[in-house]
Amino acid sequence: MEKRVTFKGIWLPILLVAPQIAITAVFFFYPAGQAIWQSLFIPDPFGFSMQWVGLGNFEFLFSDPFYRASFVTTAVFSILVTVVSMGIALYLAVLADRLIKGSGTYRTLLIWPYAVAPAVAGVLWLFMFNTRVGVVSWYLGQLGYDWNHVLNEGEAMGLVVVASAWGRISYNFLFFLAGLQAIPKSVIEAAAIDGARFWTRFRTIVFPLLSPTTFFLLVVNIIYAFFETFGVIHTITSGGPQQATTILVYKVYSDGFVGQDLGSSAAQSVVLLVLVSILTVVQFKYIERRVHY
Amino acid sequence: MATVTLRNVKKSFGKTDVIHGVDIDIADGEFIVIVGPSGCGKSTLLRMVAGLETITSGEVQIDGKVVNTIEPMERDIAMVFQNYALYPHMSVFDNMAYGLKIAKVPKSEIADRVATAAKLLQLEPYLQRKPRELSGGQRQRVAMGRAIVRKPAVFLFDEPLSNLDAKLRVQMRLEIKALQRELGVTALYVTHDQVEAMTLADRMVVMNGGVADQIGKPLDVYADPQTAFVAGFIGSPPTNFLDGGLVPGLSNGVTLGIRPEHIQMGDPGRLSAHVAYTEALGAETLIHCRLTDGSQLTARQDASVPIPAEGQSIGITWEDGHAMTFDANGRRL
Amino acid sequence: MSDHTGMVEKRGVGLWLTHLGLIIGVLFIFFPIWLAFVASTVTQPEIVRPPMPLLPGDQFFENYGRALTSGINAPVALMLFNSLVMAMGIALGKIAISLLSAFAIVYFRFPLRKTFFWLIFLTLMLPVEVRIVPTYEVIANFGMLNSYQGLILPLVASATATFLFRQFFMTVPDELAEAARVDGAKPMRFFVDILLPMSRTNIAALFVILFIYGWNQYLWPLLITTDPEMNTIVMGIKQMFPSGDDTADWPVIMATSILAMVPPVLVVVGMQRLFVRGLVESEK
Repeated sequence: MEKRVTFKGIWLPILLVAPQIAITAVFFFYPAGQAIWQSLFIPDPFGFSMQWVGLGNFEFLFSDPFYRASFVTTAVFSILVTVVSMGIALYLAVLADRLIKGSGTYRTLLIWPYAVAPAVAGVLWLFMFNTRVGVVSWYLGQLGYDWNHVLNEGEAMGLVVVASAWGRISYNFLFFLAGLQAIPKSVIEAAAIDGARFWTRFRTIVFPLLSPTTFFLLVVNIIYAFFETFGVIHTITSGGPQQATTILVYKVYSDGFVGQDLGSSAAQSVVLLVLVSILTVVQFKYIERRVHY
Repeated sequence: MATVTLRNVKKSFGKTDVIHGVDIDIADGEFIVIVGPSGCGKSTLLRMVAGLETITSGEVQIDGKVVNTIEPMERDIAMVFQNYALYPHMSVFDNMAYGLKIAKVPKSEIADRVATAAKLLQLEPYLQRKPRELSGGQRQRVAMGRAIVRKPAVFLFDEPLSNLDAKLRVQMRLEIKALQRELGVTALYVTHDQVEAMTLADRMVVMNGGVADQIGKPLDVYADPQTAFVAGFIGSPPTNFLDGGLVPGLSNGVTLGIRPEHIQMGDPGRLSAHVAYTEALGAETLIHCRLTDGSQLTARQDASVPIPAEGQSIGITWEDGHAMTFDANGRRL
Repeated sequence: MSDHTGMVEKRGVGLWLTHLGLIIGVLFIFFPIWLAFVASTVTQPEIVRPPMPLLPGDQFFENYGRALTSGINAPVALMLFNSLVMAMGIALGKIAISLLSAFAIVYFRFPLRKTFFWLIFLTLMLPVEVRIVPTYEVIANFGMLNSYQGLILPLVASATATFLFRQFFMTVPDELAEAARVDGAKPMRFFVDILLPMSRTNIAALFVILFIYGWNQYLWPLLITTDPEMNTIVMGIKQMFPSGDDTADWPVIMATSILAMVPPVLVVVGMQRLFVRGLVESEK
């Protein structure tokens, strides 16, 4: 699609795009290029020069059991966050959609956590489950369960998943509710007249009609879990215990800034770059399809 | 006030030629209507005069001055758009005043000019409203008001009535004509509606496929079309076309055109036909006939003449002076 | 809405169960926030001897006053101000440069137009997390560590906002720009007088989303603000936890957490309609 009318001039439009292009070039393309370039070198032990190693950093990276473990951790973490937050959100959206009055009130009450930063969400959940002062962990203790996410890998993963999913429910709820409300009531009533009960209606009519929303949220939530949950993990577990919650983004940070291993960190950035590209292409394909809908 | 001259104006978009060379001389104060089917290039031609479209070759002159490369605002024109193109966030007053503000006209004069135009167009009660709070006809008037306040030398209208309902269209048509006479301004008006063209134009330009087929006074064009296309496009119901081979005295390859009102029905006729169906419209009656070879013909007769029964066989005839003949390319012979 | 009633709508017990389900959901959402609020109104001893109370105490002014004026590493009032500058800078900056570039791309034909378009599009694929180390080096070379420019600039380029405005400009009728040209408006005049006022709602909706995005940044401020005076509130909270085995000052930390939530929550709840619109539009 193009505009029929265009203003004349060449320098004015170039001037207009210049700020964005300049910022993009300096803060996006140059660093991304640097990451790719650096991923092909290792610094010598004295830090004076860089030595060309080709794909050596990548070979080393993928032979590193910690890095491979981090891939698995990321996959487990992303899937859990996506499933938990989308599941709860869909459940709440289906309930809210059944109300004639009051769904607006519930919406107002449920969108709050969107505004809460992942790092703050991390602090809130850390406080509840803190091994010394946490209310929830104390009550669990009373019930005979000894909660300790500082030592127990499974509990650590569970806690970061819940804290990450918690903040994401609002977003998913809004999109699911909008998707549900867009389904014509006549279709559902027709199914009801055909004798389909609620669960059958949901399974055979509502859920299929909701599938564009679901697919979209799936992609967006995976991207969220990959990149935007850094704050949760940094505040609650710092990637521990024994790297059990070190997702890929966290590892770029800890190897690059804490460990000062620039070659490896750069190679990891490149791997992430490829992952985002794939996710973006998937998302873009989806958008394209929706345009032709 | 100004004359407008188009000299062999051509337009192509990439490799597609849309205007193949148009020449028009418009006198000062004249109302010219460019009429044609959609895609004939009439809007493009108007937009070239406006300066919204570049001119591929040829010349556009306004008041004797070549304006090919001059910005729209410096051409001393004003334009009324099909969808009005009112600025949605501005009041009626601001919409009309916007061009004057840009031209740095003093505030008091802007107020005067807008007030005069608003009075002329009966828009005074609505000056503080936003376009969305107005009816279609009122929006149309605001669009015209925006053109009037600038006191342009030439008015350009791009299908200004096509978004209005039929009744309002007739009313606005009369208003536009009255306004143009009163202001004495040169006007160039584009439409696909031949009734608008007939009623508004001092002279009309019938366009077909990027070419001006005929330029002339509406009644002259109606009475004496130069091409088969013009004969068919102007007039409703359209001119009947008959293959020359069917008509005694004409040869194959020639087409005969006769307007519905020129067809007479009587027994001895030049051709024989039967009545397929009739439509009584009140003041007149349309009689649709079918010739023996299957081609169709429409005749128009006064309501006072008895209506023939459907299925009845009749003879068809016409006066020689009313017969128009066209060659194989559609040119008048 | 008559089409809403009928056999699909639940009544009686079903309706109450629906409300019950939603209320449980709301409680699940609110419980962590409530607990943080309670913790921010009680004394430290009440917290460190579990279980802590579940109803607010009387230390509200004491704890919040202490947090705002002295905090732990830096006064929280200062961190709030830093966050405000960062969030406003990112939101307004993104909106400004995106408006300009979308205007250029939609309304002009110029060399490299398609190239620029794709360059901007590609930035979708480069979240700051992916390029942290080199971006950090760029900022360090510019001497922008511990500065507002350093906090804002790398996050200002946004493909999303550019696309949103491009999309909107495409829906503006061509005749409006033509009418403005006939009225004598030069491109920038058209942009300021016509296009900007028409984009008001879109700008506001996007502002809500971008403000929250900016406010909630964590990793980037964590990297480039080593000086506590430049900390933003969201990243500053973590810095308040003591290293080692010391006991954290929970009431002040929780008061800070609540303070960190208040501005974005006010924006979301107060501008709910715009927020929902912005969310839906920016994901299109």
